[in-house]
Amino acid sequence: MADNVKPRVRVPKTASKDEVITIKTLISHQMESGQRKDKDGKVIPRSIINRMTVEFNGQSVLDMTLEPAISTNPYVEFQAKVPESGEFKFTWYDDDGSVYEDVQKIEVA
Amino acid sequence: MNSRRRTMLVAGAAGIALAGLPLRVLAQAAAPAAQPEMTADQWVAEFAGGAEVTDGDGVTLTAPEIAENGNTVPISVDAPGATEILLVASGNPVPGVAKFTFGPLAGNQAVSTRVRLAKTQDVMAIAKFTDGKVVRAKSNVKVTIGGCGG
Repeated sequence: MADNVKPRVRVPKTASKDEVITIKTLISHQMESGQRKDKDGKVIPRSIINRMTVEFNGQSVLDMTLEPAISTNPYVEFQAKVPESGEFKFTWYDDDGSVYEDVQKIEVA
Repeated sequence: MNSRRRTMLVAGAAGIALAGLPLRVLAQAAAPAAQPEMTADQWVAEFAGGAEVTDGDGVTLTAPEIAENGNTVPISVDAPGATEILLVASGNPVPGVAKFTFGPLAGNQAVSTRVRLAKTQDVMAIAKFTDGKVVRAKSNVKVTIGGCGG
């Protein structure tokens, strides 16, 4: 069920050179763990986001592997160094093969 | 649009119904799902790749002492200088929680996220450093209402 998956990312609009900024990401996703059963006793198959990557101008910031123990609507907060103006690219990989992306620009004053 | 909304409603209702089940039923539901999953120690060993895992300084794991709702427990890890961090929940059906690999533009080696915990248990953060050291931090979290499965 890849419906209604919506990434939300908070990145400051500006930073000074080499400043360390805080980035907050959240993506709406049910993260079905594969442990639950429906009312007929059948296991509801696992359906989660299994990987998230963050890049700035093509250089890696964070590469995260997610397991079913990550809560519904995975939330991740981390910090990144900004050497120049550019773009943060966020990518989420779903079990069903879907890929979700978000891009945020930042200006170095 | 309308049919999609209906599906969502049904899915939501199912979720609520499940959440309302007594704990015992949930426990039974989780038990037969014991597939040949790796144990917490196996997760740690695989991550360490043969290196010795020491308990010590360098890794700070911040977790609540008591989590009322095991479905969403805020966890933070800080391991300055680490290249990789593995989060393990020893009492979950699938003990592995998440692995973080930091790139050259990581501002520091700290992350916060929210995890599911099935029951009261030890949560571990294992960090791998550039010099090959592997350090573990542990924190016990008491869970009042277990997260529904993994």
